[in-house]
Amino acid sequence: MSTLHTILTVLLVAPLIGSIIAGLFGRQIGRKGAHSVTIAAVALSTVLAAWVFALFVIQGHEPYNASLYTWMISDGIKFEIGYLIDSLSATMMLVVTFVSLMVHIYTIGYMDHDADYPPENPYYQRFFSYISLFTFSMLSLVMANNFLQLFFGWEAVGLVSYLLIGFYMKRESAIQANLKAFLVNRVGDFGFVLGIAIVVMYFGTLDYQTFFNGLDAHKDDVIDFGWGPVSMITAATLLLFVGAMGKSAQMPLHVWLPESMEGPTPISALIHAATMVTAGIFMVARLSPAYELSEVALSVVLLVGAITAFMMGLLGIVQNDIKRVVAYSTLSQLGYMTAALGVSAYAAGMFHVITHAFFKALLFLAAGSVIIAMHHDQDIRNMGGLKKYMPITYWTMLIGSLALIGFPGFSGFFSKDSIIMATEASEQFGAGFAHLLLVAGVFVTAFYTFRMFFLVFHAPESEYVRTHDIHESPKVVTVPLILLSIPAVLVGWPMIGPILSGSYFADSIFVLPEHDVLREIYEHHFHGALNMVIHGLFTLPVWLSFAGVALAWYMYIKNPALPARVQQACPVCYRILENGYGFDRFNEIVFVNGSRKLGEFFWKVIDQTIIDGWMVNGTANLVAVAARNWRQLQTGYLYHYAFVMIFGTLILLLWALW
Amino acid sequence: MIALSDYLLFGAVLFMISLAGIFLNRKNLIIILMCIELLLLAVNTNLVAFSHYLNDVQGEIFVFFILTVAAAEAAIGLAILVLVFRHRKHITVDDLDQLKG
Repeated sequence: MSTLHTILTVLLVAPLIGSIIAGLFGRQIGRKGAHSVTIAAVALSTVLAAWVFALFVIQGHEPYNASLYTWMISDGIKFEIGYLIDSLSATMMLVVTFVSLMVHIYTIGYMDHDADYPPENPYYQRFFSYISLFTFSMLSLVMANNFLQLFFGWEAVGLVSYLLIGFYMKRESAIQANLKAFLVNRVGDFGFVLGIAIVVMYFGTLDYQTFFNGLDAHKDDVIDFGWGPVSMITAATLLLFVGAMGKSAQMPLHVWLPESMEGPTPISALIHAATMVTAGIFMVARLSPAYELSEVALSVVLLVGAITAFMMGLLGIVQNDIKRVVAYSTLSQLGYMTAALGVSAYAAGMFHVITHAFFKALLFLAAGSVIIAMHHDQDIRNMGGLKKYMPITYWTMLIGSLALIGFPGFSGFFSKDSIIMATEASEQFGAGFAHLLLVAGVFVTAFYTFRMFFLVFHAPESEYVRTHDIHESPKVVTVPLILLSIPAVLVGWPMIGPILSGSYFADSIFVLPEHDVLREIYEHHFHGALNMVIHGLFTLPVWLSFAGVALAWYMYIKNPALPARVQQACPVCYRILENGYGFDRFNEIVFVNGSRKLGEFFWKVIDQTIIDGWMVNGTANLVAVAARNWRQLQTGYLYHYAFVMIFGTLILLLWALW
Repeated sequence: MIALSDYLLFGAVLFMISLAGIFLNRKNLIIILMCIELLLLAVNTNLVAFSHYLNDVQGEIFVFFILTVAAAEAAIGLAILVLVFRHRKHITVDDLDQLKG
């Protein structure tokens, strides 16, 4: 085993070990022990991930593809655990471990007191165990070199997400939310498993590299589902994308993400904003050679992404829970990333994943800091004027918000602008429509982000703020905020050039030359990052985001009576937004009641009547009735027996003589 | 000269009478026992007749075996009968229906 292999293994397994120690021996090692051991493990992973990043991205090491362990071989198909490390996975590893480390540190402050649990309950250790386990799962997902391990990580992050959304297990709403997240993800995973099944069926392998190598030979294969032939690649990529829709919360499988905000804020930052939800984007980028071969799949990806980006952004406007505003902005940003994948701008999508991971984790953690200060009240209408009490949170949140709306120079500007330019340049079916939605989305993003920002920090102090002692959060909370705001500002500058030219992900993302919109932008419009910023000041998206901020300022600071008037002017619009376009209601009626009815049918009709009534008890009853009748034959009289005996003998005799 | 067929006819009639006795008798258990003996005697008649006809002594030897077994059987049957009588104070066949499971 080479040194690199050992390092990768340590990097992967360290959080798992930390998680096991904190989870199984939490009572023995206590709170301090639990957070020390998990933070040490994740810090080790972060350092190693930084080393791996330096090796693969900065020095441009050859992609490393190797197996660690063969689990089994069945019918010639190998089930392996292995690593595929290239610029894509190395970048994701660093992002995951870094954000995870920040969240680990932040958690010390956030989970310190909890109204749900008595102090002697080891909920604190349990929480650390879960987030370390999540880090391990996510690492195994991004480091995988085969579908099996990808699927393992995929399900493992889903499981940890379930555990963490329901962390406040005594709250009814939390339990509902984690059940919902789990079920909706099952729908996505069903498609995902079917997609993998097609890959295994046609390519006979789970290994990425073998799969990519076989694409050329199989690109014209068709599957007949019974309604006519469908391209095999299209079917496989669309099914895999269904999985991505579940994990990355694209419409209509987005319904679980807003509800997942029932979990503690650190995991909202880590799982439901920065890392896990980007697994779907990562997967599509990883499988870019396959997606490139299907125009249909790309268009579906593009339209789903663009629609999600715009529609979910609108919902953010009517939310009053600080975490939900950020959650809807996550949905919207995930839509941007997905749309980028759809126009073959995988690198731009991944770029947005990276910048988004930093600024969204920052926003969530800052929101968490506000929530701590507000003694776990999350309603933004109860806040206001927090600027003077919480300066560090204020400034970091401002940085996060500016990055989110794509203020020129901030990381979000580079990634979002490259996505918007990519949709503009693309000739993919639906690209024009998607471009329109994404540009409109910029305005919406800026509006709801700064609506929240102004209401929290600038609006007149509410009753609650005036009567309570509000103060800045402790250092364990503010230090991660400061550390996260550094990449949230700067990460775009060095990355934008290599991303657009395609050299950053050259060894891991494959784009057909005729699809390569980023290259086109790079060659015709890109003249350095600074130039892009200056040029950005004169483009529509940036002006739209300024307009959004200005409108938010006007409606919530200058003229606070206006929102209520708008609401009165169009109550229907408000109701539609309030109810999230009725997705929840639709699911409730169709799927929840439908499956309940179906369950009742199976219970009452199939189980109770047919199986229990007819088959199980029916058999017994039939035997009983037959026995009751046939018993009459046995009279007990000697002469009956003698008669039967002799008669029988006679028949036997006749039969023998015949 | 009495022909073989006469013996066989006699045996058959005897057999049928005893069968009828077993089936039709509803009163006395002793009659059933007697009928069983008569069945065996009917068979014996056949055996002796064939033995004589075929000049083969084996048939007569077999008759002795059957008579011995019949005697033993009669002894057991009567013993059971005595026990049934002691137990139930009667041996009416119609009321003896204890043999059902």
